[in-house]
Amino acid sequence: MQLSLSQEFSIAAESNFAYQTDSSLERAGQRQVVRAAMDYSVFNLISQGFRGHRGWPRAWRDPEPKPRYDAVIVGGGGHGLATAYYLASEHGIRNVAVLERGHIGSGNVGRNTTIVRSDYLLREELPFYEWSLKLWEGLSRELNFNVMFSQRGVLSLLHSDGDVDDAVRRGNAIQLNGSDAELFSRDKVLRMVPLLDPDNGRFPIYGGLLQKRAGTARHDAVAWGYARAADRLGVDIIQNCEVTAIRRNERGAAIGVETTRGAIAADKVGLAVAGHSSRLASMAGLKLPVESHKLQAFVTEGIKPLLDTALVFGVGHFYISQSDKGGLVFGASLDGYNSYAQRGNLAAVEDTVEAGLHLMPALKRLRLLRHWAGVMDMTMDGSPFICPTPVGGLYLNAGWNYGGFKATPASGWCFAHTIARDEPHPLARHYTLDRFARGYAVDSTGAGPQPNMH
Amino acid sequence: MRLTCPICGTRPLEEFTYRGDASVRRPPDFNPKNTGAWVDYVYMRDNPKGPHKEHWFHGGGCSSWLTVERDTVSHEVRSVKLARSARSGGR
Ligand SMILES: Cc1cc2nc3c(=O)[nH]c(=O)nc-3n(C[C@H](O)[C@H](O)[C@H](O)COP(=O)(O)OP(=O)(O)OC[C@H]3O[C@@H](n4cnc5c(N)ncnc54)[C@H](O)[C@@H]3O)c2cc1C
Ligand SMILES: [Zn+2]
Repeated sequence: MQLSLSQEFSIAAESNFAYQTDSSLERAGQRQVVRAAMDYSVFNLISQGFRGHRGWPRAWRDPEPKPRYDAVIVGGGGHGLATAYYLASEHGIRNVAVLERGHIGSGNVGRNTTIVRSDYLLREELPFYEWSLKLWEGLSRELNFNVMFSQRGVLSLLHSDGDVDDAVRRGNAIQLNGSDAELFSRDKVLRMVPLLDPDNGRFPIYGGLLQKRAGTARHDAVAWGYARAADRLGVDIIQNCEVTAIRRNERGAAIGVETTRGAIAADKVGLAVAGHSSRLASMAGLKLPVESHKLQAFVTEGIKPLLDTALVFGVGHFYISQSDKGGLVFGASLDGYNSYAQRGNLAAVEDTVEAGLHLMPALKRLRLLRHWAGVMDMTMDGSPFICPTPVGGLYLNAGWNYGGFKATPASGWCFAHTIARDEPHPLARHYTLDRFARGYAVDSTGAGPQPNMH
Repeated sequence: MRLTCPICGTRPLEEFTYRGDASVRRPPDFNPKNTGAWVDYVYMRDNPKGPHKEHWFHGGGCSSWLTVERDTVSHEVRSVKLARSARSGGR
């Protein structure tokens, strides 16, 4: 695979949506545009088409921060926006602000490879991810915004007898927990993905494990859809607003935040800042079982349909799917050391490309268009946190490793419950901070307390 | 990123394996009534944005454990020492 000279280190903003209103370009304090309710109906699409799509109103407001909210959510990624939406829609808490230091969608929600699945092994994880998948299945309708959730299946390849045995165990666990899994023979795999190299000396294809209801979604649309729907319920989405401190009262409880746009009081503060969780927690004197690591992703030039499922090549963590624009989107392992830099190293690029060519030699002829990196919380057991914290009024949504995009709906759902009721949600009851001290790590790979191994 | 091993010289990243924070200290003894120090040692990390002291293993070279001071934003490497001479705790 060739790296083209025009390779950019930019986010995966494949903006083919004419109705995106890029509010990050509009400075704070600028006159607020009055929102005319305009839906994405066929009529409006056609009439806008004739006008060069210049007449769309902004999809959500750009308000000044109020001095006080019932709850503020720090972080305008998928999880923060989903949390605000469900606080408003499920719990009737509408005096809510989402505070985002950049523009929404500029974090991992706009950088990930969009694989959505629920084929997890452990009882502590699967019901949560299965609920997420169910929410995905109705999400476009719920938000009245097309998140382009495509249930094209996720096929994990198997390369030895041991792999097959393990897949049988996993498939059974998935079915027992109420989700779907199907074991594929080698022939069936090769019929589904003809471009695989079947007789690869090192990693011959023995079969596959398919989750049919799994698939991909359009990442930015998830952020935009939740933002627009939350805004319509009264949530203030405040961009270019970095939280710099957490205010606490004499009893130590959180009572608001300091930001680059002034102090904001809040009865409850929820953190959903993905790779920056340790930084925010330290503002309240908390230390987390987390290391920040970066993961890279890649996209090739657009080509005709080549791959109609999402493929996982466990050897080397490689996974690949084809976007609706035709680009092959793929990624593999972490760069491997603590980092807050949203750029990746060349050793991981080489590794990833090697794994891809091993799997499908035909990829060799493609040019790589872009690659980029996102900073993620890697935890000591590979599982997340959705929980109250030892600091009153402060709630934590963190530790998503490289699997948090699929969790977005359920994470917002459970975190909203935790903030509203001051208790863990039953589906996320294992995702508490004290699980390590109690000896209840949720470690499906069995890698132990070494974050870069999960 | 490259690391300059005190024994082998400047070598590419692929030769090294990352272990993690070198500032954590193994508690001197085990007290079943107070496991807090062990929980901190095994699980809790400062995870700083900026200078970080960390352990790397030169498996593709001299097999030494190294203590590296590196910035987690710029990736600038400030120093590389043999872990046994850096006496940086851990194990
Ligand atoms: C390359 C890559 C590929 C991935 N692939 C997949 C995949 O295929 N499937 C999957 O399920 N998951 C995947 N993930 C993981 C997934 O993207 C993340 O787990 C998930 O997006 C994290 O939640 P989020 O959307 O809320 O994060 P983000 O979008 O990162 O949101 C956090 C926000 O907090 C903001 N913030 C930080 N500090 C502050 C502050 N002080 N004040 C205000 N705001 C702040 C940030 O600017 C950011 O916008 C991938 C991740 C990466 C990096
Ligand atoms: Zn050496």
